[in-house]
Amino acid sequence: MLQIESRQFSHEHGLFACIQCGKCTGGCPMALKTKLNPRMLIYRLLVSGNGFNLEGREELWDCTTCSTCYSRCPKQVNPMEAVIALRSAIVEKGRVHPNVKTALESTFRHGNPLTMPREDRAKWAEDLDVKRMADGADYLYFVGCSPSYDPRVQHVARAIVRLFQQGGVDFGILAEEESCCGSEVRRLGEAGLFEMIAEENQELFKGVGAGKLFTTSPHCFNTFKNDYPSNGLQVQHYTQVLAGLVEQRALEFRDKVEKTVTYHDPCYLGKHNNVFDEPRDVLRGIPGVKLVEMDRSREKSLCCEGGGGRMWLEGTNPGMRLAQWRVQEALDTGAEILATACPFCLLTLDEAVKHLNAQDRLRVMDIAEIAVQAL
Amino acid sequence: MTFTPKIGVYVCHCGINIAATVDVKAVTEFSAELPGVVVARDYTYMCSDPGQALIKKDILEQGLNRVVVASCSPRMHEPTFRAAVLDAGLNPYCFEMANIREQCSWVHPNEPATTLKAMQLVESSVAKAAHLTPLEVRQVPVTPAALVIGGGMAGLQSALDIAEAGFQVTLVERSDRLGGQAAQLHRTYPSLQPVSEMLGPLVEQVANHPHIQVMTEAQVVGVSGYVGNFRVQVRQGEAETTISAGAIIVATGFEVFDAHKRPELGYGFYPQVITTLDFERLAASGQIGPNGHQPSRVAFIQCVGSRDRVVGNSYCSRVCCMVTARQAHLVQQLLPQAQVNVFYMDVRAYGNGFEEFYDTVRESGVIYRRGNPSEILRRGDHVVVKAEDTLLGELVEVDADLVVLAVGMMPRLDASDTAGLLKLSRSSDGFFLEAHPKLRPVDTAVAGVYLAGCCQGPKDIAETITQARAAASAAMIPLMRGQVQVEAATSFIDEDLCAGCGQCAEVCAFTALSLHPVRGIMTVNPVLCQGCGACSVACPSGAINVHHFTFEQFMAQIGALVGELELPVALPNEELVPVSG
Repeated sequence: MLQIESRQFSHEHGLFACIQCGKCTGGCPMALKTKLNPRMLIYRLLVSGNGFNLEGREELWDCTTCSTCYSRCPKQVNPMEAVIALRSAIVEKGRVHPNVKTALESTFRHGNPLTMPREDRAKWAEDLDVKRMADGADYLYFVGCSPSYDPRVQHVARAIVRLFQQGGVDFGILAEEESCCGSEVRRLGEAGLFEMIAEENQELFKGVGAGKLFTTSPHCFNTFKNDYPSNGLQVQHYTQVLAGLVEQRALEFRDKVEKTVTYHDPCYLGKHNNVFDEPRDVLRGIPGVKLVEMDRSREKSLCCEGGGGRMWLEGTNPGMRLAQWRVQEALDTGAEILATACPFCLLTLDEAVKHLNAQDRLRVMDIAEIAVQAL
Repeated sequence: MTFTPKIGVYVCHCGINIAATVDVKAVTEFSAELPGVVVARDYTYMCSDPGQALIKKDILEQGLNRVVVASCSPRMHEPTFRAAVLDAGLNPYCFEMANIREQCSWVHPNEPATTLKAMQLVESSVAKAAHLTPLEVRQVPVTPAALVIGGGMAGLQSALDIAEAGFQVTLVERSDRLGGQAAQLHRTYPSLQPVSEMLGPLVEQVANHPHIQVMTEAQVVGVSGYVGNFRVQVRQGEAETTISAGAIIVATGFEVFDAHKRPELGYGFYPQVITTLDFERLAASGQIGPNGHQPSRVAFIQCVGSRDRVVGNSYCSRVCCMVTARQAHLVQQLLPQAQVNVFYMDVRAYGNGFEEFYDTVRESGVIYRRGNPSEILRRGDHVVVKAEDTLLGELVEVDADLVVLAVGMMPRLDASDTAGLLKLSRSSDGFFLEAHPKLRPVDTAVAGVYLAGCCQGPKDIAETITQARAAASAAMIPLMRGQVQVEAATSFIDEDLCAGCGQCAEVCAFTALSLHPVRGIMTVNPVLCQGCGACSVACPSGAINVHHFTFEQFMAQIGALVGELELPVALPNEELVPVSG
């Protein structure tokens, strides 16, 4: 039996404030196609006496942690965090999905969930003249796991390096020293491992004297900003720094990108952290770009289904992948490029385009990749 | 002849409120031995008629010249006992109170130390009582006029009532017309009477009333004075006038919640999404439909900007349930073929006839679905409302040609300016705070200033009128009495010590202190002074005392507390050591 003391759990997570209005479930992108129903989950926790059985609650693994539920809740209840905590209770009992186990072990051993060797972490930057943070720099560029290893996302890291070098930003990377930020580890319910990672990373950042940091991924950005204990480190997403360069004209675009572009707000940039404008400011700053909006933009952006550990899990997910819906929405705008600013979104949307056989109509690109074309 | 205090001490049981934790008999016996005390008694309820009679009898028979009652907070019963001693011929300022309930029996356990504390509090009050001096309570005449701020439903009704009673009223309205937000409403609920039928005559009566001066496009910019004699600066265009008033009614109204603050509902982006106020305008025009098209699917969404901590409005706006019911009813009547859905969290039909009206609305064919929509999306030429039907436990997508958001009520954005001018308190939700939620619902903490209408919290028209008429009645009490008592416990200057530095004037919130132009010392205007004591503390040379709270009286009180005190009772352990000088 996977029993938790639900009364204490409900108190700890403020679930007694819930008025069962259903706004969380009404906005939940997974509730449409899975058994996940945040409102009913809370209700069941509240009325279960003091023992709630997690056995068979497979839908807990459906949550993408997009935070729509929390952003809609009028009583500031956070169903997403409750789901993460319930996952933790399951993981604590050693009940981990094999895929997840591999990812977690790899993070523990190699500093990345992708089972890639640590010594290869900076290979993507070998031919680029990138400083090491240990040699001193204004900014620490925290590259992240997918941009370090995934051939598709490496393009994004390379583009960011070129843009920032061009813009005169003094930055350094940790190279082989860099380790996973732990965001997905935490969301997969491995709270203990996450704490360890967070401690080690903070030591590492302190050791290289990092005062300002920017990331490729909104997931790393969010976890440093909101999950790590506050430590005076200034954390930004690269689009925020880039928007500053564009605004101050430190970066000059000489070429044009004559394309119609629509922008997909990554959950961890938008809904989690209210960064809606900077990525759009960068796109608008690129000569030739015509920015069109999807109906679901900004606060209503549809999750790509890549977060919350969903890169490693199928969940109970019978329906069409959200990324495919999203690509369809992008196609409906007539855009030629679906821009985003998140490695996970990039990968899931890319795959969805292939799935829908829309490669000839729509290209998925990171904002950095578009911007670098205009240099 | 030297003054010899003859003090009576009266210790109250307050039922068991005091007696359960304090040994009242012991306190009484202890009090009887204190210097200057000629009689000490205890009684179940000192504030009761027999209790008061005890005090009066002793004053008359034993010639008491000072009285101490040990009971509750002075806020509770000081006026009662002052009146009692006055009745027996003693000056009310010869009375002193020891608070052995709120400051002792209620907050301490049933232990000997609690009784000891009660004794110390009584001893301290007795010491002060020996130094009390009679003070003259003065009356000043009241300006027989009222000023009403705000020309909405509440302000109009208050102004009219006061004017009908024969007093002069000045009505200050910020906009260029009277009527306020009610002017935008189509019909009332549940009676479905056109609002204009009620508002029109009211505006007319006020505008034409011989005792009412209406000032539109006018703004209150300064308030000074006190109950009975306020002086209010009103700016109208470039001109500024000063209006004298004995009482002020604040009826500044509310702000409608801005639905843009919940962007997921698409207000301002989708023409199909409107607010309840927008709907009122459509209803008045007779055209239900945003651009002339008759909708066949209409959705109403409750609690937009109400009961929502995220936007800062935790409270229920009270009117939206019935406004929505009325509007849904109208749609169903005008467009019988239309499919009308009301999304709700709870339906609050609390008023007279509300529940019956809610029955009528449902019976007309309106569907109530439990679940508050999370987002609205575009779908072709219409929109789709996404919600969980929480009774089904299913996520539903409801197509709609028209969506009406029931926007709530908020404090006015300039509420802090108004609060600053009138020194009003505000509750945690930002509305103006009444003096007591149950017993003084239209008074404020400032004497002579009253609240009416939605500036104090969301209300419907009936509730607004009720409160407006209540505020008018309350405001007329000082106006009809014609005189107000002025606090006698005011500050006074020791002219030998005062150097005229003016530091006291800087801290005075009531502009009661000024420099004498010839003598170079400060003078107190005893009518403006409220006896707060700030000046006394600020004075670097100790030249300012406050009557009834003089240095001498305070020192006697403190001396009694820190001086030698014999232990009349055994303490449970050694840790509790009485304070000694």
